[in-house]
Order: sequence, then structure tokens, then C-alpha cells
Amino acid sequence: MSAPEEASALDGQIGLWRAHLERRGAMGTADVDELEDHLRGHVEALLDAGLSDEEAFLVAVKRLGSQDAIAREFAQENSKRLWKQLVLGGAPTQRADARAGGLAAVAFAVLGGLLVQVPRLWSAGEELYLRNASLLGLAALVAYLLWRRPQGRTFALATLGALVGVAVVANVLPLDAHSDAMLVTALHVPILTWLVVGVAYAGRRWRDVDGRMEAVRFSGEWVIYMALLAAGGGALAGVTVAVSQAAGVDAGLFVEGWLIPSGAAGAVVIAAWLVDSKQSVIENMAPVLARVFTPLFALTFVALLAVVALSGQALALDRDVLLVCDAVLVIAVALVLYSLTARPDDAVAGWFERTQLALVGGALVLDAVALVNIVGRLDDGWTINRAVVLGINVILLVNLAVTGWLLVRLLRDHPGATRALERWQTGLLVVYGAWAVVAILILPPLLGRV
Amino acid sequence: MDIPKDLVAASAAPLVLSILADADSYGYAIIKRVGELSGGELEWTDGLLYPLLHRLERNGLVASRWGASESGRRRKYYSITPSGTAAIADHRAQWSAVASALDAAWNGARAELRAAAGPREALA
Repeated sequence: MSAPEEASALDGQIGLWRAHLERRGAMGTADVDELEDHLRGHVEALLDAGLSDEEAFLVAVKRLGSQDAIAREFAQENSKRLWKQLVLGGAPTQRADARAGGLAAVAFAVLGGLLVQVPRLWSAGEELYLRNASLLGLAALVAYLLWRRPQGRTFALATLGALVGVAVVANVLPLDAHSDAMLVTALHVPILTWLVVGVAYAGRRWRDVDGRMEAVRFSGEWVIYMALLAAGGGALAGVTVAVSQAAGVDAGLFVEGWLIPSGAAGAVVIAAWLVDSKQSVIENMAPVLARVFTPLFALTFVALLAVVALSGQALALDRDVLLVCDAVLVIAVALVLYSLTARPDDAVAGWFERTQLALVGGALVLDAVALVNIVGRLDDGWTINRAVVLGINVILLVNLAVTGWLLVRLLRDHPGATRALERWQTGLLVVYGAWAVVAILILPPLLGRV
Repeated sequence: MDIPKDLVAASAAPLVLSILADADSYGYAIIKRVGELSGGELEWTDGLLYPLLHRLERNGLVASRWGASESGRRRKYYSITPSGTAAIADHRAQWSAVASALDAAWNGARAELRAAAGPREALA
């Protein structure tokens, strides 16, 4: 056998080994490159020691460890890829398999659909829905997640207890159904409910940065699936109304009272099931969406700032403009948070991070303008609306300022910068929850609205 | 001597950081160095070094860059960062605390054995 042939036989074996490792999905190409360098280094040392090609390859592969073990370690290290390992390489238990089925998701979806209709039993008024809509709509999702990823009885009870706690917070203060305070409650209870959903999804790892990042990723993908399901559901409702009208039956009440609310509550669970079971579809979509919308929002900020500057009233903005600003700011922060979960750990900072920095910078300026306006309004006295908007803007300002600073560090290739950004953003989740409690429970009595 | 897996895992991060504190290095060379330092007592599964290196990198304790080996292969080099150097100091303090506690426990046990053997033996 001539030398070149031997070399190519070894290359062939290494190629097969590579292909096998890549198929497992837990490792990126760069990771496998690195392992191949290690393997070849070891093979060379063994060849120098007098082993044959085949012997050297076998010994080096054995020293590297079983592919299963390596893939598992890589997957644990990179939790964003953990599911791939579970799907492709791991040995899922029979029980976990049974729980992944769509049938179970449908059962929970039906439960959710029925749950939103429960208040009909005593023909409850608008107030109950304003306070509890998110709880009614998401309780089945929390139950499904707890069942889908069993974490032990204590954890399940604690999570359900948290849900009851949110219900207490939502209902404890007596409020006028048409007051601003009621509107504030209606807008803030969903934050608390969704935090409970996040805890149910992250399981026992809800305190870890990684566990929280997974919950954030789940939330973002859930929103995407909900939007898709809503588009389909809207078409379905439209067709139902059109067909029944043609048949001379008024289906409006049925569609409004039963089809839409119960359908939406069911879709909540189905979307969660889709996130877990069709993950590879979304994994390709999420980074694309983040990359499409981040530049678009950066442009939106430029436009908004231009509008504010040209109006010549940057310090006396219209109330509606302020509200639009706040809504856009919240979406921008959500976008930054969500793009983080789609960012590979070994990504090199480039144009996308620069765009993000531009987005955060624009948001920061806009937020500062909004804050000046709000403080100006406080001269006319404190109202619950002003206090709430002030609080939200202060939280956003601090969030954006630190995020911008961390993005600068990321762009300068500061070691550990991605991690610091993840830690900062996931740490803020607790702050959002605390703020929601303040807005619901403390501000109304403080400002004399009870 | 068979060093249990837990102990190997616990000592892995401080060892890697300390090796990188001496000089920048890459995976295969780090494994070789661990073998030399421990006189072959610490047996690592080579593949598991890389997830560890990546975790240290994510936490900002080491930095990496792609370069080329002598034979021109793509090779990833690691170097320690200031936070990594600080982490070594923490590891040192922790391991000395453990080692001195074990030492004290074993020395104390020896003293007690001597005391239990009785005064005659102690005199002798």
C-alpha cells in the first residue's frame, strides 16, 4: 500500500466520524472542527509512536470518549441545542414520549376552552374579565406545562400557588369597572400570569440564567405560533359568520361569545405544544425574524424621533404620541431580549449587534424625551396614569442604558459580554413582576383611587 | 489509583485555567499538560474538555481565537482573561481550605489513636 492511499483511508475514516458527530445536532461545525483537530493531533502522536493508521485512529477515538457522552455534554453546555440532543441522539424515556403527544395537548386545549366559559355559570360582568382574562386564558397552559415536564409535586404545587397568588393580587382591591386603575390592573395582571407561565416552562431551573432564557425563547416562539393560529382562526370565524348569514342564521353571538374566546384559549395550549414539537421549524425562523425586525424598528425610532423633533413640541408631546412611544419602546425591549435567545454563543459580533445598538440608542433618546414630557405633566398633579407611565419609562431607561453599554462591550469582543447581557436581561424579569404588583396594589390606594 | 469522576470534574476548571495562565494553548496540548502535571493520575475523557472550555469562554474566564496548527489545520487557541486570573485565586483559596480541613481531620485522628493506645506507649 502506498503512502497517499493510507492517508486518504485515514481521512475517510475521520470524515465518517465527523459526519456521525454532526448528525447528532448537538454540535456546530466549528465545534466538530475543534474536535477533529484534537483527534488528528492525537493520531499524529500515536503514529510517531509507531502505531498503524487504523490502530492510531481507534485509540484516539476511544480516548476522545463516546460520541453520546460528548454530544450530551455539548448539548448541556449549549442549552439552546438541548432539544436536538433529546430528539436525535438521546434516549427519551417512554414516559416523556407519551407526554409529547398531540392528543394530550388537545385535551388541555379543550380544558382551556371550557375554563374561559366558566364565568358564564353566574353570568359575571365585565369587571371579572378585566381582572382575570389572562388567568382564565393561561391557567390551562400552566397546567399543561407542569404536566408536560414533570418537576415533582412540590414544584407543581408552588407554581399553582403562585397562580392563586396572582388571582388574589388581581382581585383584592375594590375598583370601579370604568376607572383608570381598573385599566392599569387589566394591563398588568397578564405580566404576572405570564411570569408564572415562564416558571412552569423553565421548571426547577427558573432561577438560572439559562432556564430563564429558555422561558424567554419559548415566549417568543409561542407568540409567533399564536399569530399564525390567530390568522387561521380569524379566517375560520369569518367563514362561519358568512356561511350562517347566507343560511339566514345570526351566528354573531356564537362566534363572539364561544368560538373566539374558547378558540383563543385552546390555541394558547396548542401553540405551546407546537413550540416544543416543531422546534426545528422555528429555530430557523426566529433568527431571521429578529434580523428582519431589528433594523426595521431601528428605522421606526429614527422616524419617531424625526416626528418629535419636527413637531417643535418635543417637550409638550401629545398624550397619544406618548402612548405610541411607550408601546414601541416595550416592543423594542422585547425584540432585544428575544434576539438574545436566537444568538449562537460563538457568534462573532457584527452588523446585527451594531443595528441592535442603534435600536437601543434610538430607544434611549426617545425614552428620555418621553420622560421629560411625563415629568412636565406631573406639575398638574399625580394621577395613576402618570405614575404608571413614569414607572414604566424609568424601568425602560435603566434597562436600555445598561443594555446599550453591554452591547458596546460585546462589539469590543469583551470576554463574557453575551453572558453579562443575558444575566442583565433575565434579571430584569423579576423587576417587571415587582413593578406589576406595585402598579396593581400600591398605586391605586396611594393616589386615592380606591 | 482511581480518582473518582466527581473529583476529576471538580478539579477540571481550576486546572485548565492555571494551565492557560502559564501560556495560551489549545485542547490537545492542555490534555497533554494535565497528564504531565498529574503524573498520569488524572484521566480525562478528552472530548469532555471542550464543553468545559466553551463554558469558561461563555462566562468570560477565557477567550478564544482561531489560528492554524504547524501543519496548517484550523486550530482554536484559548487564552486566559483578567476574570479568569481572578477565578484562579478563588479556586486556590477553596482548594486549600478543603485540603487543610482534610489534613487537620486526618492528623487529629492520628493523635486520637495515639492517645487511645494508652500512656505506656506514649512514654515509650
